[in-house]
Amino acid sequence: MSVGIVSYGAYIPKFRIKVEDIARVWGDDADILSAGLMVYEKSVPDLDEDTATIAVEAARSAVSRHNIDAKRIGAVYTGSESHPYAVKPTSTIVAEAIEATPVLTAADFEFACKAGTAAMQACMGLVGSKMVDLGMAIGADVSQGAPGDALEYTAAAGGVSYIIGNKESEMIAVIEDTFSFTTDTPDFWRREGMPYPEHGGRFTGEPGYFKHVTGAAKGLMEKMGTKPSDYDYAVFHQPNGKFPSRVAKMLGFTKEQIKPGLVVPRLGNTYSGSCMMGIAATLDQAKPGDRIFATAFGSGAGGDAFSFRVTDKIDEVRDAAPKVEDLLKDPVYMDYAMYAKHKGKIRLA
Amino acid sequence: MSVARFWRKQINRYNIVGTHCKTCDTHYYPPRNVCPKCRRDGDIESYKFAGPGEVVTYTIIHTAAEGFEMQAPYALAIIELDEGPRFTSQVVCDPVEVSIGLRVKPVFRKLGESGDKGMIYYGTKYVPDNDRN
Repeated sequence: MSVGIVSYGAYIPKFRIKVEDIARVWGDDADILSAGLMVYEKSVPDLDEDTATIAVEAARSAVSRHNIDAKRIGAVYTGSESHPYAVKPTSTIVAEAIEATPVLTAADFEFACKAGTAAMQACMGLVGSKMVDLGMAIGADVSQGAPGDALEYTAAAGGVSYIIGNKESEMIAVIEDTFSFTTDTPDFWRREGMPYPEHGGRFTGEPGYFKHVTGAAKGLMEKMGTKPSDYDYAVFHQPNGKFPSRVAKMLGFTKEQIKPGLVVPRLGNTYSGSCMMGIAATLDQAKPGDRIFATAFGSGAGGDAFSFRVTDKIDEVRDAAPKVEDLLKDPVYMDYAMYAKHKGKIRLA
Repeated sequence: MSVARFWRKQINRYNIVGTHCKTCDTHYYPPRNVCPKCRRDGDIESYKFAGPGEVVTYTIIHTAAEGFEMQAPYALAIIELDEGPRFTSQVVCDPVEVSIGLRVKPVFRKLGESGDKGMIYYGTKYVPDNDRN
């Protein structure tokens, strides 16, 4: 049975901090950092925003973009590594806020930066088997980077929601296939109760990101018998600008193919929302018939690869909700002191 | 706020869900079980408001209550929904942006939390509707 994306919605907080403002505090060279990471600024949540509020805004955007009856949504899965509660689902908050309750299943997913795409795969199974009519998969994060840590330059906030269905007449993009590549690799983790994650520095690159992204991407293309030139666009998990650019080249994709979805230079790494945000930005400008290749990566570690074929329906719904570019426009910049306040790095006695 | 007290009105806070009296065509938010105009002749139904409204009046909070210190200064406004009801809400923006008559739209935000261990209260706040100002 064919499954595909029926609608999508994105949300990005309006605040940004520039890499140079973080570098000034820690005595780093902003030019070298920005050039190396290919990240120039990152999004920052408002004082009253968290993963749940971001997930709700993204979910509402997806519902309104295709005028979906939320009661048709039989599953809500939210992927994040910054769920506001350790025990109590973000997904029930989302389901209640979009008025999809009570006849549905809901759960929270966690797999570092690819929890959202894992949720997409779960929804594919549910709608493909007709267990539910529509499934909602969300990737949202208010990701954390310890003060002075390399992650602080990129850890951003944002979320994306995809509604997955099985009626071809409703799909804006058919999911042609998916393939995952997973191993137990300790490249990045956060222990229970700890406020900030730890990572293996350079170890996160080759045995983490590149092994799993190429493993999933090559696996999917071999399974489908496709090659990079069969695709109009490509999106790879974007912890910075350098990694997706490099992995695209390794796999044989061009700069032009990844350009529309490469949002990290102006957004930072939205973790569970990262690859999904790139897919959304690409859908924002894709034409009917275009094919999109995407591979998400999650530390720990795994890669989820997808092949999409955009349908005629995209032109009917694309403009009915804010595009990623709209959400990136007109940011409000803040200095490090305000950023520290917004991120809860300043605690009142 | 107790968990039960919040939960009972959660649906009204997540979305602007109030009531409407079919007899006199008056909308209420927060919801009323009985129409105060029509009394026993009233015919009350649940009503989901569209959301947009405008600022009737406002104040800027500089000395915030416990739990809201990090947000000061912030704007607290009486919002009039397009269907008529008025209620108090925070307008999330730089306080200098707020003015009487400002068109606003709803957003989903944290309303508060019971310390580090307690429940987080979510619901509707307002932001300037830049497309309509």
